[in-house]
Order: sequence, then structure tokens, then C-alpha cells
Amino acid sequence: MSTSRRLPAGGEIDRSRPLNFSFDGRALSGYAGDTVASALLASGVQVLARSFKYHRPRGLLGVDHEEPNAILDLRLGARHDPNARATLEPLAEGLQLSSVHALGTAGRDLLAVLDRGARFIPAAFYYKTFMWPHWHVYEGMIRRLAGLGRVDARSRAQAAPHRHLAVDLCVVGAGAAGLAAARGAVAAGRSVLLVEQRTRVGGALLWRDATVEGEPGSRWAGRVAAGLEAAGARVLAGTAAVGLYDHNAVVLHERGPDGGRIWQVRAREIVLTTGAIERPLLFGDNDRPGVMLADAALEYLRRYAVVAGERIVFATGNDTTYVAAQAFAAAGARCTIVDSRTGSPAQDAARAAGIEVVAGARVERALGRGRVEGARLASGATLSADLLAVSGGWTPLIHLYCQARGRPRWDEERGTLLPGEPVAGLRVAGAAGGARSLAEALAAGAHAGTGGGRVEIPDCDDRPFDWGGPPDTRMAFGERRAWVDLQNDVTAKDVALAVRENFRAVEHLKRYTTLGMASDQGRTSNVNGLALLAERTGRTLAQAGVTTFRPPFLPVSLAAVAGTQRGELQAPLRRLPAEEVHRAEGAELREYGDTLRPAAYGTSHDALLRECRAARERCVILDASSLGKIEVQGPDAAALLDFVFYTRLSNLAPGRLRYALALAESGAIFDDGVVLRVAAEHFVVSCSSSHVRAMTAHLEEWREDRFDLSRVFVHDATPQWATMAISGPQSRRVLEALALGVDLDDAAFPHMSAHDGVFAGRRARIARVSFTGERSYEVSVPAGLAAELWRRARAAGAEPLGVEALGALRCEKGFILVGVETDGETMPHDIGMGRARETRTDAYLGDRSLFTPAACRSGRRQLVGVAAASAAPLPVGAHALSRAGGRRRSVGWVTSSHPSAALGRPVALAMIEDGASRHGEELEFEHFGAMHRGTLVAPCFLDPSGARLNV
Amino acid sequence: MQIFHCPFCGPRPDAEFHYAGDADKPRPARDCSDEEWARYLLMRANARGVARELWVHRAGCGRWIVLARDTVSHEIGGSEPLNP
Repeated sequence: MSTSRRLPAGGEIDRSRPLNFSFDGRALSGYAGDTVASALLASGVQVLARSFKYHRPRGLLGVDHEEPNAILDLRLGARHDPNARATLEPLAEGLQLSSVHALGTAGRDLLAVLDRGARFIPAAFYYKTFMWPHWHVYEGMIRRLAGLGRVDARSRAQAAPHRHLAVDLCVVGAGAAGLAAARGAVAAGRSVLLVEQRTRVGGALLWRDATVEGEPGSRWAGRVAAGLEAAGARVLAGTAAVGLYDHNAVVLHERGPDGGRIWQVRAREIVLTTGAIERPLLFGDNDRPGVMLADAALEYLRRYAVVAGERIVFATGNDTTYVAAQAFAAAGARCTIVDSRTGSPAQDAARAAGIEVVAGARVERALGRGRVEGARLASGATLSADLLAVSGGWTPLIHLYCQARGRPRWDEERGTLLPGEPVAGLRVAGAAGGARSLAEALAAGAHAGTGGGRVEIPDCDDRPFDWGGPPDTRMAFGERRAWVDLQNDVTAKDVALAVRENFRAVEHLKRYTTLGMASDQGRTSNVNGLALLAERTGRTLAQAGVTTFRPPFLPVSLAAVAGTQRGELQAPLRRLPAEEVHRAEGAELREYGDTLRPAAYGTSHDALLRECRAARERCVILDASSLGKIEVQGPDAAALLDFVFYTRLSNLAPGRLRYALALAESGAIFDDGVVLRVAAEHFVVSCSSSHVRAMTAHLEEWREDRFDLSRVFVHDATPQWATMAISGPQSRRVLEALALGVDLDDAAFPHMSAHDGVFAGRRARIARVSFTGERSYEVSVPAGLAAELWRRARAAGAEPLGVEALGALRCEKGFILVGVETDGETMPHDIGMGRARETRTDAYLGDRSLFTPAACRSGRRQLVGVAAASAAPLPVGAHALSRAGGRRRSVGWVTSSHPSAALGRPVALAMIEDGASRHGEELEFEHFGAMHRGTLVAPCFLDPSGARLNV
Repeated sequence: MQIFHCPFCGPRPDAEFHYAGDADKPRPARDCSDEEWARYLLMRANARGVARELWVHRAGCGRWIVLARDTVSHEIGGSEPLNP
């Protein structure tokens, strides 16, 4: 198609750089500097989309973020954007665009038939109709018919990292007022960030004629922006301020391929110069392609040299539209102005310039089916037209002011919502603040920027700005439907229906009809909707109220929000210092908590049983480096541990270890671990791998709360140490081969004691502590020696043991895992550790909770072993059933279950009501309908006397 | 997106801090009643207006602070170390 609507000269486009693209398979072209919307308009494509509910053909209404219709599916190489907004997307070579939400194309949509039944599907039709038997029966089908683009699950946008910035002043909107504000602030020596949503600075100066400081407005804007950057200010164009948060935090979204970038800005002060946007007029079929906001048509003409129509009817009630009409007349279009007013001086001036003016008249409906072919006036007269340029007055963009909890007030004279009471740290200037002329906007901007003191106001030719008064609703209820919200297909009749059904509060109206929702957030529809609500409920607009403005101001891609915090960077894994050695040994690495650890060595089915046998018969080595090593030192160290731990630790002898439980204040088991007393004032807490951070914070909390900070210190030294647990009947021989310089005789080095040794010339700590039930030595060396220690132990005969096999070995012994056996209700006396509860009288964390009625009642779930009746392990999570009183009830569940290489039959642990006194009882276990049987036994299947610790 | 004043580090973004409950909640002795213990353990002041809250400057100095914060206006009053 030829670019027939393009003027031969003018605009910001670069005619020397043509760009080829396609829309619904048609090859088209535009120029560098075009947006997708301006290129489509220049190519004569009028129908870009189908409406949300009725599948009516839709074209461009606006030119920028206010555009409700032009949402397209965009592909460019690997990039795929299912909701690209044509007015915000720069044209690029090779863009493949297609219409969304149409069965076929936007031009020929087979679902257009829905519009013929429109009167049967008014607002809330779905809520009322699809009730029986349940909404979910219909939901899938309805959602397929509605909705917009389809996400391509394979698409992987890679967005940029967030950027952070702190400034004295953040100016949002680089129109005349914003530029004046930024310049004033820079002159006053403040650091300034100027943000502009469009890709160029200048705002309306880019398309409305003006002279500022003796030069054309757009040139003045460029010169001021360049001067600001030269003076050290930052100017970000193509960037929208999308959210304003507490303490003057501004979130920006810089548009770009792959979702763009988020900026987090902290500003001492914020100036909002976001301008105003035009409202559509309410009349029949006002959603036809070819109905466009008058100011948008002017911007397409001036910035992109696109003449949106050759025979144009302007429908308005304000003087501002006359500027557009004059410009189109000068570009050679035939223009007629239909003005609801009479006697405006602008009308005479327009007539003098050869423009036809029909005063005191209103458009009643648009004519034409697929696109505008004319307009019928209330008088019955018809005018032919290929463009119906409309202006229903103006609405300032005060979203950010409202996000900052500013409350807008209704201004009857301008007929719009303006900022009300000032918000601390925030000023609103220019059209956003209700300026009535360019001179007023420049002055308000300059004052806002300097924040007092000497102000230099740029001079300009006088350009009054006519706000147009309140919305005109007289043509809203004609025989053809008038659209209020084009994006959500809400008509004036839908508003009237909502009011009839008593949804009279503005927030109810919004939810009942969806007026003002979705990606344009009611940019062009909110005030018109309010006017209809006010009229139907007999209230004034000031009484009707407004809906809440919430961030984001513009849709932000999730890829930009995520930034680089995704995949492994979103939740970084902790890694063992000897990870490469484990890989070389054929380990299968899995995540345990936040640490990547060897699950098993080799992938064969029997790896687990093989490793378990090695542990019970020979010697194994387990990388236990992730176990906590929290240093607690100082004169009050013992007192702190006595308070934080349920198990008393102050009577532990130096050089000895003790298994200890820590409780939460609720009495539930918080963590377990082994505590080593190195010296009188020096302890090391070795807690569960995944609880190290929480345990450190726990100790720190009570240290801060109850202790003299100079008398006890807590430090997490876990990453500084590598720990290898060497376990099994032959482990002492492996230790001897390591030659750590420690007397390994059991009399000198009994179970639950520790000694310092030397490994590779560095200090090592050797502790006799066992999680397998076998003789065991935990050897800790500086983290850098992890691989060396592993290799030497392997050479001395230790075989590798993974975390899964360790789980089976500890289950045989009945050793609990906090968070596996226990939950938020499990107290120490539930797992057979009730002694300290009975003997300790000093204060410790959770103490009082162990004596509440709930803690003392019978029927608490207690730790037991379960011997399965069959050869297969019981499923973890299976519920134990009681049939007492003829009623099936769960009395607990299986928490761990493993095959046992040593016993040749499965072992399991469970938490069962009163389980400790029910050993020998056989119970039914149910898991997803399948029944199993098992006998309750003591929670230790192997070596209850602990003799193997010294084999 | 608020700015908290840490008595050790000065004004810092709230994301560096971790909320830890109401300040001024003395721990009852072991011989308290069940009701008193339940109040300490489970009840929150949930103030409308100025609240005194415990925060940990986890991504900063690691210290515990008591912060006066208006839950309505989000204005930040003074802050002090929990353990001076």
C-alpha cells in the first residue's frame, strides 16, 4: 500500500530511512521516527483491533498512552510481545504485527456477530447468567472469547537490571512547564532528573504552535533540554513515571526492547508537569474507526506528517480544537467545525480562514459501518467525513498526585478534576495543575522548580488554553449506543443500567461495569463515566466522587520488574567448597534448603542401599560443610545459650559436646543441633544446615534483648569451615591415616568430645559426634582445604555417602529432622525430650508455653517408629486412622520412611496421638485411598544401647 | 519504599530492615497466668497512628532498633537502639 496519507515534507520522521513491516500479513512501510500507530495510519490501515466484548472494529482514538484500542501482537526476531501498544512502540525494520482478539483478522473478524446480539449482553450479563450450576463451567469458554493477546510460553525476555538514583528534584513531564521547572532548579544549584514519557521532550510544544523566548516552541524545548544535560541534569525520554510511593520514591519504566528497564528514584522534591489529555465526546457509534481525538489528529499531522483525514468534521465545545482545524485546513483538508456553543470569537476567526463552522450544534451519531463515513447532527443534517475529530474537553493527568494520597477536587469552571490540597514534597504545575495558558504554565513550572527564591520565567506569545467545561452528556442516550470506555466496551447504557441496579457509588460502578479498568486505566473514560453517573443519580460531579488511582500509571512488563533477579540470581544457591570433587565422583546434586548438596553418588537404583551398607559395615565420608558453625563467645556466652536453648548448656565441660534443642517462644521446636564448648567462654553451635541464618538471627535477637552486648558475641562462621563427617566401624582407621596429630584412643577422645588437630599445616577441629549411629568423627578444616581432606579420606578407604542415604541411616536410629518429624506444634516432650521441662526452673525461651493447657493435655501427637506390615516402605504423609465411635479420623501421619539395608525391611517414623504409650498397637494407614498396615514401635530400630558408637 | 532512620547507619531504605514485632512488650515471668502469657505471645497492638516497632537492620549493621512509625501517614519518627 502506498503511503498516501503522508505529507511530502515536515514532521520528525526521517524519509531517507524507510522501514518495512507487516500487519496481518500485509507488507507495509513507514519511516524511522514513526511509531507503529503513525506508520499504520499513514499506510491507510483504519481497523487495527476488535473490541473486547462485542468485537466491533476499532481504529486509533489517541496518539499516546491514552490509546484504548490499538493493542497488537508484535514479533521481531526472538522478541514476542502479545500486548504491544501501537502508539508507544517505535517502528522497526521487519516488525511482524498482527491483530489480537479476533477470529481471523481485525479487518474480518468472524466473532463480529457478537455485536448483533449486543442488547442481550449488557454489563454484568455474565454475573447474572452463568450461575448454574457454577461459573467455572463456563469460565474457560468465556475467557477464550475475551482477553487480548496470547502469551508465548517459550518467549524469554531478558530485561535490564534496575537502576537507582537519588536527586534533589524529579520533574515528571518535559513539556513547557516541566522544562521551565527543571531549568529553574538547575539554576538554583539542585540536582535534577527530568522524565518524559514521549520519546522527545517538548510536550504539546511539539505539535501546537507557540513561540518561546523568540524561537519556535519545539526548538526551544530541544535547546533547554540540551542545556540541562550540559549543566549535569539527567533527561530520560521514552520513560514513564509509573508509580509514586512513600517518602518520595518514584518508580520509572524506561521503555526498550525486551521489556525495558526499571529506575528507582528517591527525590527530595517532585514536580508533576504531566499535562492534560483530551476526552472523547459521547454520541452514537462514537467508537467507529475514524473517530479520533482532535489533539491526537494534530499530533499525527505535526510530528509524523500524517493527514488522518481529507474531509474532516471537528466536533467540539471548546476553542482549543480550532487550533487543530486551522492546521488541517492549512494542510489542505476540508474542515467543518460542529460547535455546541454559539458566539465564540474563535468561530469568526475560523470562518475568516475559510473553515465552515456549524455553531450551536451537536453530533448525534457517527455514520458508516466499518469506518466513519460522516456524521449526523442532532438537527438531522448530515455531513460526510472520513475523519471525525472530537474534543469533549480536557482532563489533567494527576494520577501520581493521587497515588501520593492527594485528593482531587472538582473544578466546575474548567469542568474537570484538579489537584486539591497540596501534598508535602510534591508540586503540580502546567496543564496538570490547571494552567489556562502557555504563559501560566511556564510561570508555574519555573516557580515549582526553584522552590522559592529568584525565578526566571521564560517569555512566550500568549496561547490561551480552553479547558472546555464539564462533559456534555446530551447525546449519550440516543438510539445508537454511545461508548464511554472503549477498551472495556462499556456504553452509556451500561452506566445507566448499573445505576438502576443501585450500583451508585463510583467504586461499585467501576466494578460492576469494568468502566476505567485495564491497561489504559480509564484515561479517556473516567470523567465521562463520572458525568453520566452524576447525571443519572441526580448529583453534581463534585458529589459523585472519584475512583482510587493506583500504580502503575502505565503497564510495565513483568520482565522489567524482575530485571536480572530471575533464575539463579533471584534465589542464589549456596554451594559446597568441594562441589567439583563431588561432581567428579559422579554425585547427583540436589537443593537441600538453599544449598546444593550430593544426594547420592551414582544414579543407579541401589546407590542408596549401597551407601547405607558401607556406613554400617565399613566407613563413609559425608560432606557436612553446610552444617552450622555459629561462634558464641564472651563471659555471658553460657547464659545466652542457657536462655536460647531448651537443653541446659552452662554445665557442659570444655572440650565436650551436647545435643540440644532450641524452642520458639510458642514452645514449638525451633531447631536442634550439637553444641561444642571449646573453652569456658567459647561455644560453637552446629545447627541444621537450612536453619543457620535463622538460628544466628534467633541468638542475636535475644542477645540484643537481654544481654550486655559487650559480654557476649555471636558470629556465623559456617562458610569459613569445611566439615567432613567420617563414619562407620572402620572410621578410626581412616582418621589414623589422616594423621591429624590427635590421640584417637577412646579414653582420651570419647564420644561427644572434641580436639584440635592439624591438617595440611592448618588448624583442624575433630569432634566425635554421630548422625548415623556408628562411630563417627567430624573433621572441620579451613574451607579451602575441603577437596584435599575429601581426597585423602577417600584414599584412606572412606566411601562417599550422600544426603539421601544419611536420611535412611538416621531414620533407623530414630533421629529427628526438625521440620520433617516436627511441625509448628511439636514440643520437646512430644519427641521424648521432656526432662528439661520437668527439671529446669530458670528462664529459657518457650518455657511458659510448655505448661499451657494445650501443652499439657493428653492426645498430643508423639514420635513413634512404625514397622510396616509389608515389605514396601509406608508412604510418607500416610494418615493413621482411628475408627473409634464408628467415625474415621486421622490420629497422625508418617513423617519419614525408608528401606533399611541393615535390617532388610522398611523403617518409618510417625507422629501419632499418644503414640509413646501405644507401642505394639497395629494401625491402619491411608494414603490417597490406598490402605497400609503398620505396628507402632519405639522410635529406634537399630542399636538402642548405642554400642556401635564405640565399635 | 520508605526511608527508616537507623541510629547507627542513618537514613536507609526499608528493604534493608526486617520487622520483628511490637516494641515495649516485656516478657512475663514463668509464674504468669495463661491469659497473660497468651497476650504476650499472640496479641498485637495494631496501632492506628504512631506505633513503636522493633526492626532489625539485617542488610546493614545487624542491630535491633525501636522505630516510631505512623501507620497511617507513614511518617517516621525517632529511632533508638533496642539495647543501648
